[in-house]
Amino acid sequence: MTDQTDPLAAPSPLEAQAYPDTSAAILTAEHQFLDVRDLRVHFDTDDGRVKSVDGLSFQLQRGKTLGIVGESGSGKSVTSLAIMGLHKGGNARISGEIWLDGKELVSASAEEVRKLRGKNMAMIFQDPLSAMHPFYTVGQQIIEAYRIHHNVTKAAARKHAVEMLDRVGIPQPDRRVNDYPHQFSGGMRQRAMIAMALSCDPELLIADEPTTALDVTVQAQILDLIRDLQQEFNSAVVIITHDLGVVAELADNIMVMYAGRQVEYGSAEHIFREPQHPYTWGLLGSMPRLDRVRSERLLPIKGSPPSLINVPDGCAFNPRCDYCELTGGLSTTEVPSLVEVTRGHTVACHLTQQDRTRIWENDIKPTL
Amino acid sequence: MVAYIIRRLIGSVILLFVVTAVTFAIFFLLPRLAGATADDIASRYAGKSASPEQIHAIAVRLGFDQPLYEQYWQFAKGIVVGRDVQLGNTVDHCPAPCLGYSYIDQRPVLPTVLDRLPVTVSLAFGAGIIWLLSGVATGVLSALKRGSIFDRLAMGTALGGVSLPIFFTGQLCLLIFSYTLGWTAHGGEYTPITENPGRWAYDLILPWITLAFLYAAAYARLTRAGMLETMSEDFIRTARAKGLPERTVVTRHGLRAALTPIATIFGLDIGLLLGGAVLTESTFSLNGLGKLSIDSVTSQDLPKVLGVVLFVAGFVVIANLVVDILYTVIDPRVRL
Repeated sequence: MTDQTDPLAAPSPLEAQAYPDTSAAILTAEHQFLDVRDLRVHFDTDDGRVKSVDGLSFQLQRGKTLGIVGESGSGKSVTSLAIMGLHKGGNARISGEIWLDGKELVSASAEEVRKLRGKNMAMIFQDPLSAMHPFYTVGQQIIEAYRIHHNVTKAAARKHAVEMLDRVGIPQPDRRVNDYPHQFSGGMRQRAMIAMALSCDPELLIADEPTTALDVTVQAQILDLIRDLQQEFNSAVVIITHDLGVVAELADNIMVMYAGRQVEYGSAEHIFREPQHPYTWGLLGSMPRLDRVRSERLLPIKGSPPSLINVPDGCAFNPRCDYCELTGGLSTTEVPSLVEVTRGHTVACHLTQQDRTRIWENDIKPTL
Repeated sequence: MVAYIIRRLIGSVILLFVVTAVTFAIFFLLPRLAGATADDIASRYAGKSASPEQIHAIAVRLGFDQPLYEQYWQFAKGIVVGRDVQLGNTVDHCPAPCLGYSYIDQRPVLPTVLDRLPVTVSLAFGAGIIWLLSGVATGVLSALKRGSIFDRLAMGTALGGVSLPIFFTGQLCLLIFSYTLGWTAHGGEYTPITENPGRWAYDLILPWITLAFLYAAAYARLTRAGMLETMSEDFIRTARAKGLPERTVVTRHGLRAALTPIATIFGLDIGLLLGGAVLTESTFSLNGLGKLSIDSVTSQDLPKVLGVVLFVAGFVVIANLVVDILYTVIDPRVRL
């Protein structure tokens, strides 16, 4: 990854050939419902090139949930928009491969991806009030989403919309279907948003901070709803959040992102029981917990996320890391590559396995 | 909704009352404050060689010697029930709603205003349709192709349109399209649409385009700004995420939201224009309300000026009301 000076300089339709393992990728894609390989999303701005996502790879199976965790600006949302093809036509420079059910989306035309959007993959957004059109009723918006992919009459689509609203637990759906988004409460609005996203039975559902704008009590309901619907539809779900509590509820696997890269990946069990990356420790430390003595303060990660135009040399996290001296300068010069700690658990950190285990057991775990 | 309309109508009446009072004060109180006597005001209606006695007699007959509140009362009463006007040996009746009586024309103001109205209405609505369609279309295309040659060209033209005065563009158009190319009428003519629609459009096409150019420029810039804003809204991203074709996203979702402020401004602009496009009508010698106001001012026919102002104010108030009611249709979040 590091030896590629500028993979985006000459994007060509034949780019897939640049990867010798393309055929292997297709094979993998058959097993992995969603397979993202070396995804890069860069934006050219007046200040320079913003490397929002810089070499990201992950897989997801049907019926499984992946949690993508990271601070604002770590590239979570940009990744999800890239999967949805919503950067197409914009000023983003995208390279890498995104395989969805055996189809490659990065090289696919905007029109091809549009036809998949809403039908094969759907998205739930953070703030349902601003994400729904204020001038159309909830019903109209669900009907629109359904009819664009299904050749049915308005009446049939309306019936479907009422069913969907009922399915996501909205009382009196036949009446509420005629309401405008602003007439719904925050939680109901997010339910309606989910109904809209699920109206075409998508195989992949991406939820971008689905509970951030909601009350805590409503958050749990929405997460339960997403889980129930996932089991019902057997869809693959990607949950994007900065809140480890959310992924603890839902995710089978968790990917921790920092500055557009993956820093740790593993099962929820791995990430919560034996996290390996100092950044993951920081995220865990800044998570409020009910069982913690109240006088103890949260442990925020010091500093702020790096500029994605001038990502620090070496490990992007090194300016904020308490342990980067232990690597003998390696952290400030060389980008760490992902190494497997245990099966299915990878981390990108220059610390030795012994150091990480020691620091986690002695310094971090007792404070959480 | 009904209660709201009634409330607004009552409010409109009060507003119009204030407008009459202020206008009346400007034309009748201010001269008094500046030291003019009743005779000075009456001298305008007395002819050039009238003697001071004759002038005084006119002042008494027209009521200028009475206290101002009494004069205003007579005026206001005339609007509601009509009034009689003393004209030397005869008495003329000014039926309700009497917006005033022109002593120079020796007839009530309202019929004169109504005579001129069709010209102004034709001008305003014709131009309105042209500028709305062209302005919004240009604005949308500019926003979608921001930074393109089309955008720069359109916005440059728009800047010109906003900056160039009507009497310049109007005369330029006349020179080119009418006098040189002979495509359009020379101005100064008006054929009612009921008589000959083709002729009507032929007579008005140049004033329409000239007037529309000015407004289209402003609307294009406004639409462009509105579209740029709405197209970056979250609900546009949602619309795309549903898999809608880009055309639907732009029209059904983007333009729909961006049009709301345009509708408001359009209502107000049309309301104002119905009061007369003074410069356009003067440039093209159209005998509409705008020209009527100018002529009344030059001939110092104060009652006529007052009447026209009142009439225009009425249009603006009604346009405002219509826009507010339309808003509930356009934006469901607005509850009246």
